[in-house]
Amino acid sequence: MIPLPRRGRNTEPAEGRRTGPEERSRVRAFGLRTRLLAAFLLVAAVSAGTTSALTYREARNALLKTAQDTAVSTFREQVQQTGFGLPVQEEGMEEVLRDLARKGKPRPWVVFAEYGSVRASSGENPVSTVITPGLRRAALANPYGSFERVVKDGVLYLTIAMPTVFRTGPYDTLPSGLVLYAVMRMTDEQINVDALLTAARDGALPGLAVALVPGLIAARSVLRPVRELRRAARSMGSGRLDTRIAVRGNDELADLADTFNESAAQLEDSVHELREAEARARRFASDVSHELRTPLAGMLAVTEVLDEDADHLDSDTARAVRLVSAETGKLAVLVEDLMEISRFDARAAELNADEVDVAETIRKTLQNRHWTEDDRVHAELPTGIRARLDPRRFDVVIANLVGNALRHGGAPVTVRLRTGERPTGTPVLITEVADRGPGIHPDSIPYIFDRFYKADAARTRSAGSGLGLAITQENVRLHGGTIRAGNLPEGGAVFTVEIPLHAEEATA
Amino acid sequence: MPRVLLIEDDPAVREGVELGLRRRGHDVRAAGTGEAGLAALAEFRPDLLLLDLMLPGMNGVQVCRQVREHSQLPIIMLTARGDDFDVVIGLEAGADDYIVKPARPEVIEARIRAVLRRMDDSGPGRPAIEVYGELTIDRVGLTVTKAGRPLSLAPSELRLLLHLSAAPEQVFSRQQLLENVWEHTFHADARLVDACVARLRSKIEPDARSPRYVQTLRGFGYRFGPL
Repeated sequence: MIPLPRRGRNTEPAEGRRTGPEERSRVRAFGLRTRLLAAFLLVAAVSAGTTSALTYREARNALLKTAQDTAVSTFREQVQQTGFGLPVQEEGMEEVLRDLARKGKPRPWVVFAEYGSVRASSGENPVSTVITPGLRRAALANPYGSFERVVKDGVLYLTIAMPTVFRTGPYDTLPSGLVLYAVMRMTDEQINVDALLTAARDGALPGLAVALVPGLIAARSVLRPVRELRRAARSMGSGRLDTRIAVRGNDELADLADTFNESAAQLEDSVHELREAEARARRFASDVSHELRTPLAGMLAVTEVLDEDADHLDSDTARAVRLVSAETGKLAVLVEDLMEISRFDARAAELNADEVDVAETIRKTLQNRHWTEDDRVHAELPTGIRARLDPRRFDVVIANLVGNALRHGGAPVTVRLRTGERPTGTPVLITEVADRGPGIHPDSIPYIFDRFYKADAARTRSAGSGLGLAITQENVRLHGGTIRAGNLPEGGAVFTVEIPLHAEEATA
Repeated sequence: MPRVLLIEDDPAVREGVELGLRRRGHDVRAAGTGEAGLAALAEFRPDLLLLDLMLPGMNGVQVCRQVREHSQLPIIMLTARGDDFDVVIGLEAGADDYIVKPARPEVIEARIRAVLRRMDDSGPGRPAIEVYGELTIDRVGLTVTKAGRPLSLAPSELRLLLHLSAAPEQVFSRQQLLENVWEHTFHADARLVDACVARLRSKIEPDARSPRYVQTLRGFGYRFGPL
């Protein structure tokens, strides 16, 4: 049994595939995935950055504050506990200052004393380069001492100014003019703060990297349903109407999947109904022709009796009898053609291919119809062309085309045979049937193969069934071939049939 | 004129075909069911059976098989072209030819004549009896024996064998066989040939799956031998 060729518009292979959606998604730079990841990274970066910055600032302040509070209160106590003789003498002062410097807390510091023009220190230089004029001014204004953090040459210093006072009452004091300064390097604190900064940065960067993971997961969870939806939509488009999507969860995407499934079900139902209706209509046409055939078989068997006896009847009866006989014959042809076309519709038509000599086959077709006896049909048939086709169906094709040309065109009809090649390289058999009639009206050409199409509206009924060209086209298609109608420049219509030389291979 | 037994259930077709054939001089007996037709067979002794496939009760294929069990009476099926499947079954059951309904009496008569025509292609100088392996073909007596045992071949099978063996080793296309053996002028259904070849092989071949006498040439047709 030969597999039936699939026919119909929707099954024709698409030529020259465009770039598939698959390829497109790969080159898409700003796709959903990229945007989702970017958003995740941005949120993660902002939150990590903000958190780190705030933490760093708070920790740094707390660290420095502890150190300087300790230093300031220690220095104040030391200064208060030390008695200074006034006016200040330079000699002996350095000894006192060195004593103070040793007791520095949280770590030793350098102490400077300034009194009028007297300058003394516990270190090598009598005057500090770190103490700012601002601190000197603040020292005079604030009897309880003031401090300042100074960065000099990349090193952080804490400078404390503590004026010595005379106590004039329980709450009143009077500056004595002697101001003591303590200068302490805050190296350890600096190290700790630097460590904080490093920790904040080191914490934030892996955080960002880790944020990519939920980003990817989220993108995936969004993209997977989208991808499934796309696949399902494409599957529906290619005719698998029973395609459904598995609904997961109950988010918006699940809603979308639900909607898709509902729409698909409705579409499937409608298409199913349409197909049912179409199948019913076809069955009806097939059944009607089946039912008509039985009475016709009886009638056709006796038309001969009518024709023979008509001569002995009176003229009116004879005319009526001849009319009935002639129309019965036409009705039989019509019913037979209807049966044939409904077999094509039901895809029950089979191709019984045989290797044949094409010229010989066409010659037989013409001879059997007695078309070659006069000069009405002209055949240009090169010998030696062999093709694999269904001889009965090919006979129908040639007979219908030549018969059509004789009826609607004009003699002489020419049948030309040659071989050619399709753009795809498939060798084809080309048969042309041309006539010398008025040709086909250009408006009619697109409809010429339609069933019961009448090119000339005024002509009510032709000798044929009105299905001849439709059947011809179906037979050609069954061979995997094509048929075209057109007009010759020199006048007359031409029908061109192209059938693959090996019909079975083309349709299998 | 041949005696024709017509088995057809539809009264209009039965009467029409009977009338049409009788007008052409045939002796026609008509039956409405398979059972009635088989009953009429012995008494009427027809030269040919015209058999509708779609019958109520016992159907045409069953009638065909039953007739073939003990007779090589020529059988022509009446069928509608829509019933392709039935044609194949009918041909496999042993029918010699088929006619598509509705058909004019002249068409029916042409088929009857073709089936009944005596094949006489024993050319001059040709021995009346030819021996091919185990097969002995008598072109005059129209008998075939296999290893000395007479074979009962249906008319179409006998004609096919005679035609093929008349030109051993020559390849005949199915279309040629349809024209020469069945005398179909129009391109008929080639399955007619295939079904007949299958039936013939089952009778003459030692192994029907690897045929010795009737060989297939894929894409071209059939030939007799070479042995």
